[in-house]
Amino acid sequence: MQINRRDFVKLTGAGLGLGLANASWSAFARATKPPIGRVVIIGGGYAGATAAKYLRLWSLGAIEVIMVEANQQFVSCPLSNLVLGGSKSINDLTFGYDALKANHGIQWVHDTVTAVDPDAKKITMLRGSLTYDRLIVAPGVDFIYDDLPQLASAEAQQQIPHAWKAGWQTVNLRKQLEAMPDGGVFVMNVPKAPYRCPPGPYERVCQVASYLKAHKPRSKIIMLDANAEIISKKGLFTKAWANLYPGIVDYRPDSAVTSVDVATKTVTTDFDKVSADVLNIIPPQRAGKIAQIANLTEKDYPWCEVNFLTYESKLVQNVHVLGDSVAAGLPKSAHMATNQAKVCANAIVQLMAGLAPDSAPVFANTCYSFVTDKSAMHVANVYRYDEAKKIMISAEGGGVSLAPSDKEGEYAASWAQNIWTDVLT
Amino acid sequence: MMGLATLLITSVARATEVFVLSANPSHIRALAASCAACHGTFGNAVVPNGGGNGVDKAKLLAGIDKTDFLTKMLAFKSGEREATVMHRHARGLNTQEIEGLATYFSAQIPRQPSALPSQVLNKNHAN
Repeated sequence: MQINRRDFVKLTGAGLGLGLANASWSAFARATKPPIGRVVIIGGGYAGATAAKYLRLWSLGAIEVIMVEANQQFVSCPLSNLVLGGSKSINDLTFGYDALKANHGIQWVHDTVTAVDPDAKKITMLRGSLTYDRLIVAPGVDFIYDDLPQLASAEAQQQIPHAWKAGWQTVNLRKQLEAMPDGGVFVMNVPKAPYRCPPGPYERVCQVASYLKAHKPRSKIIMLDANAEIISKKGLFTKAWANLYPGIVDYRPDSAVTSVDVATKTVTTDFDKVSADVLNIIPPQRAGKIAQIANLTEKDYPWCEVNFLTYESKLVQNVHVLGDSVAAGLPKSAHMATNQAKVCANAIVQLMAGLAPDSAPVFANTCYSFVTDKSAMHVANVYRYDEAKKIMISAEGGGVSLAPSDKEGEYAASWAQNIWTDVLT
Repeated sequence: MMGLATLLITSVARATEVFVLSANPSHIRALAASCAACHGTFGNAVVPNGGGNGVDKAKLLAGIDKTDFLTKMLAFKSGEREATVMHRHARGLNTQEIEGLATYFSAQIPRQPSALPSQVLNKNHAN
């Protein structure tokens, strides 16, 4: 029996493959070169890695996938606040890409992209160039230092880490907390929304408070929020701070950071001047650098507008954008990034097979926040494509936990294991 | 025997999906993939101790009995059955989608993926 590309198209379109395992089809498809198209992916985070895997799986190996990623390892932002609390090590959240590459035949280039030429369908890297049929840009967020130029340098960030992209800055911030004397003041901010991981800063307060309560009970936390109120799981976080960490958390809304003195760790807002023993400034954010380089954002709006059926950029043809860089009334979460990647991969497989993409994508988002080392709470929603508005909107029935619990802490740990395995194997 | 066992494990180590015939296969396939954050690739969750306790067992969707899946999801949707998180998702889905997912997950091949091993962070990692 010969399986060719036309059969792949039929299989995808009409569902003729009832009951047949993909593995065998995939082997056939791999044997029938050349591929039906090449997708280059920039960025191997939650979104990019997921897109790579599912493009290979759902095309039965018929689409060539090349990943360009600057880092050798994947470090998970989800759960990285637990490193600050002390119940996780950064090494618990660090993974290799070998299983993903080997299991799915993904080509891998360890390099940094410097330019995108959409007319030539070509990207340029520090050490070479690549052409594509479709390009996926999944660079995460970039920090805006326009208003906080003092923090732009690596030296300044050594003193005042953002720790908002899990890695060495997370380790640094933990070490600073360990070195802080009892009675010290930890100051952190929340940038103006939208930013990566809406509940993340508030979870961070819980984690640092948990550590301080146990080891440095005379210490305090001041949180300077640029927003008018806690913007995710508000009731739950307010209760957690009052019940679990009374007297530790001083929350100040409408307090955007206007300047920082690096040497003295002093922060200025419109109303306040606050001195810290340990200072954590999370700068305001925009779409990742390569999204700016590739002209995927407009001048006055720093996020990428996409078609939510395909995640193709509204500005540049054949270039798709995934994850935190996407402009959307959707939370910038890891689960959301993987969902977008799957809708995009599904659409590209359909398009390359000459078929229409799914016209009504639906996906679920579950996001947990830890309030102690063991206890967590969720926000969970189904999102569905609204044909009139042409965006993803949250369906009825979503919401948050009634209260944090150890049971949800176990669910959250299991969520992490499963999403890591889904994304990276 | 040793050789056979190794071969079997190798052959199922890689994710495989059973393609399911439906009115809109690519729609249900992508929706089902959204469940992977908790329920694993193609419904094969990573569970500690092989799914020994009830909560972990409930995460395993690959090869689930179709009626069992339907009954539970519809009960989560109506509120008849209490849930920690699943009621949020069941209520957001329509009956047709829940039926599509029941067909999809019941057709998938159960395997036992192991958790991805972590690594020591490289000195040269950015950020």
